[in-house]
Amino acid sequence: MKLQEYQSKILFTMYGIPVPNGRIAESVDEIKQICEELGGRVVIKAQVLSGGRGKAGGVRVAKTIEEAEEYAGQILGKEINGLPVRKVLVDEMVSIDKEIYLSIANDRNSQKPLLMASSFGGMDIEEVSRGNPEKIVKRVIDPLLGLRDYQLRDVAINIDLDRAYWQEFSTIINQLWKVYVDCDATLVEINPLVITSEKRLSALDAKIVLDDNALFRHPNLSDFRDIHAEPPTEIQGRKIGVSFIKMDGNIGCLVNGAGLAMATMDIITELGGEAANFLDIGGGANAKKVEDSLRLILEDEKVKSILINVFGGITRCDEVAKGILSAFKEIHTKIPIVVRLVGTNDEEGLRLLQGTDLIPAKSLYEAATIAVRKAAEGNA
Amino acid sequence: MSILVNKETRLLVQGITGNEGLFHTEQMLNYTTNIVAGVTPGKGGEWVLNGKVPVFDSVQTAVEVTGANASVIFVPARFVGDAIFEAVDAEIPLVVCITEGAPIQDMMRVKQYLSSRRTRLIGPNCPGLLTPDEAKVGIIPGNIVTSGNIGVISRSGTLTYEVLYALKQSGMGVSACVGIGGDPVKGMNFVDCLELFEADARTDAVVMIGEIGGNDEEKAALYISSDMTKPVVAFIAGISAPPGKRMGHAGALIEGSSGTAQNKIQALQTSGVKIARYPEEIPGLITF
Repeated sequence: MKLQEYQSKILFTMYGIPVPNGRIAESVDEIKQICEELGGRVVIKAQVLSGGRGKAGGVRVAKTIEEAEEYAGQILGKEINGLPVRKVLVDEMVSIDKEIYLSIANDRNSQKPLLMASSFGGMDIEEVSRGNPEKIVKRVIDPLLGLRDYQLRDVAINIDLDRAYWQEFSTIINQLWKVYVDCDATLVEINPLVITSEKRLSALDAKIVLDDNALFRHPNLSDFRDIHAEPPTEIQGRKIGVSFIKMDGNIGCLVNGAGLAMATMDIITELGGEAANFLDIGGGANAKKVEDSLRLILEDEKVKSILINVFGGITRCDEVAKGILSAFKEIHTKIPIVVRLVGTNDEEGLRLLQGTDLIPAKSLYEAATIAVRKAAEGNA
Repeated sequence: MSILVNKETRLLVQGITGNEGLFHTEQMLNYTTNIVAGVTPGKGGEWVLNGKVPVFDSVQTAVEVTGANASVIFVPARFVGDAIFEAVDAEIPLVVCITEGAPIQDMMRVKQYLSSRRTRLIGPNCPGLLTPDEAKVGIIPGNIVTSGNIGVISRSGTLTYEVLYALKQSGMGVSACVGIGGDPVKGMNFVDCLELFEADARTDAVVMIGEIGGNDEEKAALYISSDMTKPVVAFIAGISAPPGKRMGHAGALIEGSSGTAQNKIQALQTSGVKIARYPEEIPGLITF
């Protein structure tokens, strides 16, 4: 779960990481008021869970209250990468001497936390890593020991940080590590961490991604979830207990298991079709879940055929077939649905589907071939 | 002989009294796996499945009493880290964690701890192990596999079953199947398992089932080109997956330019691995 910048800054403040003065606002009036409180010069930042806010016009500097009012009107209600802006963060304007990049993230390669810092702050770190990889300092952290003091000094030295800031910088990294551990984050990032012209450090931007698997330990952080900030179909997927991702094609997929769901999409592509979605229904494909999933898939009017691929294994396929049948009766759709079942009692399961409008298939290849053909016919 | 588990395996089930634990314990027993004990804190002294398996309060006691030499974990995700630490501290040589959804930082601490220990970990979020006709440690359906000379390693669950089923349909048997799991931080990886199959006299060829995310398949490709004499066939799921979206598994995510199926396929092909375009194509690509 990604946190919004303002939410991340709330956490930073709780941990003593300095951030600019500022507040969240949802209306032009509020923005004006905050702007007055902060002395007129502010940065207005759209709060959306999307990169490239600046390029999309979602971050504006206002030098006067009038400007703030004008920009507020432009940013609120704007759409950035398809996400509507409902909230903005109004921060005091800070004059910058130097920008630093700082983050702690799960590193898949070492399977440990990784501290990264760079004197090239304020830029897209992926770009820095492509163009100037030597400018990024990386230090693997022992997850049982935590950060060592020498590592902090080592990082400060390697990003050419003036000694005057070592102490404050070390404190910020240590606190950032605490945020990472305490919140079960997968990423905590400050980009940029700036040295102001008043010679103070301040986290101008903040990004925190939390481990969804660990949210049970952090009920207070779960409240941060902003359902308006996520694609609606994916939220619906979560509501009905399936993993759902919208794609661009016209063949709906309903599969048990993430790997098999990907493989099903792949074979559709291989055969010249295009999947409309990724949907992993998980274990126990019961009637209710199948019905909810089919409804979700059919919300997309582009869908011209559906492929249900359930590898039952221990699950009894006659039970799965009954579930699919009862769901199918509830749905009333003319869209062709191909069903492929394997596992315990699969022949009985496929027999149950005979005489209905559902199209049974024996192999994944056969099922995909039919689904692709039906989709092409539906488009013609 | 076989890799990791066989008739000599004396299995302990952590979380045996839960729904999943109990159901799969019965399935494993039906496959004639030698299950010697279960552990559920607070339920020590009970017996489950009509007196077939004794339950203990702690792994240490279970090991002392029954001589268990492998553990399979079905406890809820929030207890996974602790359950693995407990098994490792009881010096169980092999721990297989089936549970899905373990917090990543818990697993990073486990992984670090394991680096100074002898225990081998498989999983979490995996279907476990199967050595046909000898032992089933986990949830792989026994009826879709026959005994033979092909080693199978997979990051996936039902996709693994799909491949096992395709092998069986083609009359091909399996020496052992290892489901290594779909999490980004996990125990044994492809290379660890390839080493075991390379050294296993019963295995003549290996099937690898990978997916998008991470670079385990690329590391496997390096190992195959330098150290592997047996033929390898691979299927990589997710060639149609978009970047930046987590495809169900926590580990199945294309981040930036890394972790794509194309990268993995190319690396494996360069190492002489034959690539199947879909699971049912795998049997036809296996040559000895």
